[in-house]
Amino acid sequence: MDVILFLIFAIIAVVAAINVVVQTHPISSAVSLIGVMGSLAILYLLLGAEFIAAAQVIVYAGAVMVLFIFVIMLLNAGAESKRGRSYMVQVLGVPLLIALLGLLAFFVERLFPRTVSVHFGGFQGGTARAIGQALFTTYLLPFEVTSLLILIAILGAIVLARKEMD
Amino acid sequence: MDAFIVITLIKLAVIAFVLLTAVAYLQWVERKVIAHIQVRPGPYRVGPHGLLQPLADVIKLITKEDMMPPYVNKPLYLFAPFLAVAMALLSIAVIPFGPQIEVAGYHTLMQLTDLNIGVLFILAASSMGVYGVALAGWSSNNKYALLGGLRSSAQMISYELPMALAIASPLLLSNTLSLRELVVGQAGSILHWNILRMPFPQIFSFIIFVIAAFAETNRIPFDLPEAENELVAGFHTEYSSMKFASFFMAEYLNMVTVSCMATLLFLGGWEAPWPAAYGSSLVPSLIFLIAGLTALYHSANPPRRKDRYTFGGFAVIFLVIAAVFVAPMVQSWLLPLFWFLAKVGFILFAFMWIRGTLPRFRYDQLMGFTWKFLFPIAMLNLLVTSLMVAWLG
Repeated sequence: MDVILFLIFAIIAVVAAINVVVQTHPISSAVSLIGVMGSLAILYLLLGAEFIAAAQVIVYAGAVMVLFIFVIMLLNAGAESKRGRSYMVQVLGVPLLIALLGLLAFFVERLFPRTVSVHFGGFQGGTARAIGQALFTTYLLPFEVTSLLILIAILGAIVLARKEMD
Repeated sequence: MDAFIVITLIKLAVIAFVLLTAVAYLQWVERKVIAHIQVRPGPYRVGPHGLLQPLADVIKLITKEDMMPPYVNKPLYLFAPFLAVAMALLSIAVIPFGPQIEVAGYHTLMQLTDLNIGVLFILAASSMGVYGVALAGWSSNNKYALLGGLRSSAQMISYELPMALAIASPLLLSNTLSLRELVVGQAGSILHWNILRMPFPQIFSFIIFVIAAFAETNRIPFDLPEAENELVAGFHTEYSSMKFASFFMAEYLNMVTVSCMATLLFLGGWEAPWPAAYGSSLVPSLIFLIAGLTALYHSANPPRRKDRYTFGGFAVIFLVIAAVFVAPMVQSWLLPLFWFLAKVGFILFAFMWIRGTLPRFRYDQLMGFTWKFLFPIAMLNLLVTSLMVAWLG
C-alpha cells in the first residue's frame, strides 16, 4: 500500500515538475509547481513526517505559490512564444541529458551502495512535539540564525520598497 | 478491519448527506434571517414558510444551461470550481462532532478521522482553497473576474496571518494540535473553555479569529472579491449553472468549517457550559418544549388560515424532539451533538446577522485594517499568552 501510494505520488511529482518547464504560460507552470509541492507533502506524510507535510502545504503550496500566482496575475504575463531551437540543441540535447542522468545514477550508486535507506513507517520523530524539541535543543543555534536571516531579508525588502516610493 | 471500513463508509455517507443538506438549508436560513432583519417575509411560496425553496433552487441550478465562454482558459476554468468545493469538503473530515460512542458493540468516534495535526490540516486545506477563487478569476479572461480573483488572493494572504496567530494562542493553553484532545482539555464548565481559561483568557484571539474568518470566507463586510457594485459578480462572473453553484457551496462549506473551528478552539466543542449535575442536560428539552408550546399557541391563533396546520406540524415535531432529548439511551451522544450544533449554529447566525447589519469595507480600509491593526494585536496577544503560560501555566 505504501509503495503503491509512493509510486503514484512520485510519478505525479515528476510529471508535474516536467510540466513546469514544458508549459509556455506562467500560470500553467505555477499550477504545476503547486502539484509538485502537494505531492511532495504526501511523500513526507508517507515517510512519517506529518508536521513537515502540513508545513509544506501551508507554507509552500499555500503561501508562497499564492504570492507567485498573485504576481503573475497582477503583471498579466502572457504566454511565452516558442523560439526556433538552435541546431546544437536539436542534435546534442537528448544525448547530453541521457549522459547527465546516467552520470547521476552512477554516482548515487557509488555513494550509497545497496543500503536500504528508506522504509515506510520506520521514522517516528515527525510529530510537532518532536520537531519543536529538536529545534529548541539540538538545533537551537541554526534555528535562531535562520530567523535572524529572515528578519534581515524582511528589513531589506522594506528598505528597497521605501526607496522606490520616495 | 472490515468493521472499521464499513463503519467509516457509513459515517462518510451520513456526514456527506447531512452536510450537503445543511448547506442547502443554510442558504434558506440566511435568506430568512436577512429578510426578517429587513422586515419582509423572505422565501414563502415553495412549501410551508418556503421550506422547500432549497430543493427548488437545486433543481433550478442543475437544469440550467451550462454556458462556457469561448475565450476562457479551458482546463483551469473547469478545474477551479472543483478545487474550491473539494478543499472546502476536505476540512470537514477532521472535525469532531462529539465524543466516542458505542453503536451495536462497536466503539467509534463521532468524527471521520482524528489526526494529531488536525489544526494544521484545516489550515492547509483552507490555504489551498484560495486557488479555486484566484484561478477562477484568472481563467475567465474577464477584467472584472480577474480583479475579483486578485482581490481575493491578496485578502486571503493578508488575513491568514492574524488568523494563524489567533489559532496559535489557544493551542498554547491546550498544548495539542489534535482537535479531539483540544475539546477534551476544555471539559468541565464554561470557565475551562479556552475563551475564559486561565492563565490568560483567549477572548481577544476569539474576536481576531472571527474577524479573520469573515475575510477568509469572503463574507460581508469583507466580500470585496464579489462586490457587485464594482465588479459585476467578481471572480464567478463567467460561471453558470452547477459551476456557479460549486462556488456558492464552497462559500457556505467554508462558513461551516470556520464556525466549527471557532467552536472547537475557543468554545469547548461539544462540552456543555455547566456540568450535567446542575441540569445542563435538561436545557435542550426545555428549549424545544418552549419552541413547541409557542408553535402550538400560534397554531391555535393563526394569522393566516393555513398556518393552523403548518404551526401545528412544527409544534408536534418540536415536542417529539423535546421528548427524545429526555430519553436516557440517546443522551450520551445526542447531548454533545446538541451543544456542538448549538455553538456552531450561533456563530453561523452571527455571520448572517452581520451581513444584515454592516456595509462593505473600502479596499484600502480592508488592507489597512489587517496589516496596521489586526496583525499587531494578534502578535501582542500571542506574546502575552505565551508569557502568561510560561510563568503561570
